[in-house]
Amino acid sequence: MNSKTKKAYLLNAVAVFLVYIVFLTLIRFKVLSNYFGGVIILTCIMMIMALSLNIVAGFLGEMALGHAAFMAIGAYLSGFTSIAIMNAFPTAPALLVLIFSSLVGGVAAGIAGIAIGTPSLRLRGDYLGIVTIGFGEIVRIFFINFDPLGGAQGLKGIPRLTNLSYAYWITVLVVFLIFTLGVSKYGRAIMSIREDEIASEASGIPTTRVKVMAFTISSFFAGIGGSLYAHYQGYIDPDKFQFMFSIEMFVIVVLGGLGSLTGSILSAIVLTVLPELLRGFAQYRLLIYSLALVIMMIFRPQGMLGRTEFSLYHLIYVLTNKREPYKKGSIDGGKSS
Amino acid sequence: MKLFFQQVINGLNSGSIYALIAIGYTLVYGILKLINFAHGEIMMFGAYFSFIAAATMDMPFWFVIIFSMGLSAILGMLVEFVAYRPLRQAPRLSALITAIGVSMFLQNVSLMVFGADPKVMPRIFPNVVFNIFGIEISSITLITIGLSVFFMILLELFISHTKQGRAMRAVSENQDAAILMGINVNRTVSITFLIGSALGALGGILYSTAYTNIAPTMGTMPGLKAFVAAVLGGIGSVPGAMLGGFLIGMIENMSKAYISTTWADAIVFLILIIVLLFKPTGILGKDIKEKV
Amino acid sequence: MKKRLALMLVLIMVMMTLAACGGGSDDSSDQAADSGDVIKIGATGPYTGETAMYGVACKEGMELAEKEINENGGVNGKKIKIVFYDTKGDTTETVNAYNRLRDQDEVVAFIGSVLTGESNAIKDLIKQDNMPTIAPTATGNDVTEGVPNFFRVCYYDNYQGGAAANYASKEAPEGLGAKSAAMLVSKGNTYSEGLAGAFKETFEKNGGEVVIEESYAKADKDFSAQLTKIKEANPDVIYIPDYYSTVGVILQKAKDMGMDIPCLGGDGWDSIQEEYADVAQGYVFTNHYAADSPNENVKKFTENYNEAYGKAPASFSALGYDAVYAMANAIIEAGSTDAQAVVSAIQTMNVTGITGEFTFDEEGNPKGKEVTIIQVDNGELKYVTTVTE
Repeated sequence: MNSKTKKAYLLNAVAVFLVYIVFLTLIRFKVLSNYFGGVIILTCIMMIMALSLNIVAGFLGEMALGHAAFMAIGAYLSGFTSIAIMNAFPTAPALLVLIFSSLVGGVAAGIAGIAIGTPSLRLRGDYLGIVTIGFGEIVRIFFINFDPLGGAQGLKGIPRLTNLSYAYWITVLVVFLIFTLGVSKYGRAIMSIREDEIASEASGIPTTRVKVMAFTISSFFAGIGGSLYAHYQGYIDPDKFQFMFSIEMFVIVVLGGLGSLTGSILSAIVLTVLPELLRGFAQYRLLIYSLALVIMMIFRPQGMLGRTEFSLYHLIYVLTNKREPYKKGSIDGGKSS
Repeated sequence: MKLFFQQVINGLNSGSIYALIAIGYTLVYGILKLINFAHGEIMMFGAYFSFIAAATMDMPFWFVIIFSMGLSAILGMLVEFVAYRPLRQAPRLSALITAIGVSMFLQNVSLMVFGADPKVMPRIFPNVVFNIFGIEISSITLITIGLSVFFMILLELFISHTKQGRAMRAVSENQDAAILMGINVNRTVSITFLIGSALGALGGILYSTAYTNIAPTMGTMPGLKAFVAAVLGGIGSVPGAMLGGFLIGMIENMSKAYISTTWADAIVFLILIIVLLFKPTGILGKDIKEKV
Repeated sequence: MKKRLALMLVLIMVMMTLAACGGGSDDSSDQAADSGDVIKIGATGPYTGETAMYGVACKEGMELAEKEINENGGVNGKKIKIVFYDTKGDTTETVNAYNRLRDQDEVVAFIGSVLTGESNAIKDLIKQDNMPTIAPTATGNDVTEGVPNFFRVCYYDNYQGGAAANYASKEAPEGLGAKSAAMLVSKGNTYSEGLAGAFKETFEKNGGEVVIEESYAKADKDFSAQLTKIKEANPDVIYIPDYYSTVGVILQKAKDMGMDIPCLGGDGWDSIQEEYADVAQGYVFTNHYAADSPNENVKKFTENYNEAYGKAPASFSALGYDAVYAMANAIIEAGSTDAQAVVSAIQTMNVTGITGEFTFDEEGNPKGKEVTIIQVDNGELKYVTTVTE
């Protein structure tokens, strides 16, 4: 780790802390209401969902249209776990219960990821997309018919453990982990498959295993996102995890830029906060959204940030030196865009 | 046994509608390699157009069908021209997202124009129940199956026997080579959307006649199922789409009748996944070898 | 060039977000300023989306009550204002909308939500905030259970399903005199499953038999497989507890198949006479009130509603209307908008509404409310009789 990377890490850490303190102060002094706090929590959850989907859709370059299913698995199992824990030990510390049940939800979603990924990743492109849609629907129909987890009526009485601080820091942790994955050996292996599967196999990468691994990690984080959602809502029903919800997440990723993590973060913020603010224009909300989607794709098909990453360090560097630095802060070496 | 044949008729009825819609998916995919998510919405508009013609203009049924198929064909070509043509050279994912965007846009336009509450489709065909060897068949079922098969034969003749049909096959085989042979690709794509949308609209008319209900969200589920049918039969292949449509209709009805009504959709998807895993290009699809 | 474009887009997005943010907080300060002489009541429901017709019907009834109350001098010398937020029928949206009503609009009481699922999603929050709440139309069995400040003016599913079963088993002319019944249920729909469960229990207790039980998924439009089996079983009556838009399709299909078994339904059938008069001809369903009732209050309500919206009120409109009046009367009785005082007032009050006279039991359900039986007759809804559970 050279001094430049260290500085960049430090800068990002400071920025993350500052944002947190600003939000906390604003809510403390009632400048922002609890309602706004709720919107921030939902934004954090959508960020986790978009980032985790980006591992498969961006890094691996595969069409995965069943992400809501993994979120559902995480949400249901973590919710069930924390209900059981809270019944057995009503005084258990909230954070511990949240972390434990989130891990349960994440691992369950990860296992489902292995089970679904192993057969379906033999397919590519549109066919993989269709198979993931199919699995997504099967998971949803399973939850509708599975009465021990509430069936069609949904799972009620999940303890509301997700608060702004927990959601924020868990999201920060997930962002950090996924970013680290992106610049690691494994991340590069995943991206090499996207560029050329045959060439990467020839250079000794066990492609099938790496693909399933990417899919599993993605599902694991989706399960964590689902757990935060379940513990924020306190009530989940299978209807929420429909095919269109998976599409919505996929749109967030593509709109931010496939393979760009900061792009996903940015677009998750825009696409969650904007509809809330447009609450007054309920009728036109989706019309504007769909129109923007089409126009965006026609004029900027690679999404907001393409494959490049937004870097605070880089921005400050440019602002102070007014000069293009040597290299863009991108996890694939700033090759594209 | 009587019950079984009754269920077979039910399966053929919904299968023929799926087949009509599936043809639109398969034609477009064959030529543009694009999953046209907006096709379900074209079908929905087809149903609304026929509703307008039948309920407010009180037209005879042949006019209702021509009116709705014509307007939907224009709508389909318009969508292609405005939203898909600029993206012909763009990454395929961008085209897919555009298709999703168009689908949502059309759905919301119809929500604003026609309102959220479902409309009731007036009967454009007379309903008579025939009793053949104890099996009861409604005239609507017969007309649905008859019209679908008629148009499918027409399409098959068009594709295999006309110049334009040959051009369509050539473009889907190899676009670059087709250009070199002097085929106007843009026109061929337009005609593909015209045919696909018209057949989709017919599917919408028959669907709304059989199930009487028209709503802005009605296109989503049949659209998805028809798309599954197209993939099951081998996407890009017209006979495949027809076969897939009838298969899906049959599987769905049989699972509802003999296994479980609530698991029926899951069973449909499960069969799709199993078929794809063993024969990734679908039942009648051609195998494509990956080049090294 | 492309980078610049990207940066520009990002900046525009951020600016839009900030601008909208600023707009939002301005609104709230405006509203805070005038909250001195207005009593604000919050309401949520599906005003767009697939279930919009129920949300809108309820909203119209509530707006009519709001208008009448304000014209007659308001509540405690102040005018009431109902703030409506759309939920699209989605649970997440309901939580957001409720939070916004509480924090941004600072409402003192809440009427909602329209659907059972929506109400379940905010139940815990209502309890936690001790928000005085009356649900107009959420009929799910345990919606108000365990929350002392949560009430409803509609009866719950078990109550209604049981009443339908009693009517089905009673000998004609007081009932249908049915010995065997079929049920066609929407799987995944709390309302439909709740009604069907209660119907079955009471019907079998009365000595009848449910000979066949079929279900369908929520988005299904093709019921031929299920109806074919029911026709084969040939029961005396078919119980179809679902909303009218689905029931209409089922009845149409049944008629196409040449079936002539009488069908019975629940309050979701309300409005069926508008689009499906011919296929529902002669069938009966349980409802909250009868629009052709000779009761003076009902007459006045139907007239005023017709004047305001140019159509006959649906039962959801009547329930919304009753919920607003109940809440307004509770605030008058309490003499203030203090949450605990309002809750206590509701607990002890007598409601004389369009949908009946009742008090609230300890679970917040209406006590002593009668179920009205309605018959579809030549495109009109006719009062038949009233039954209790």
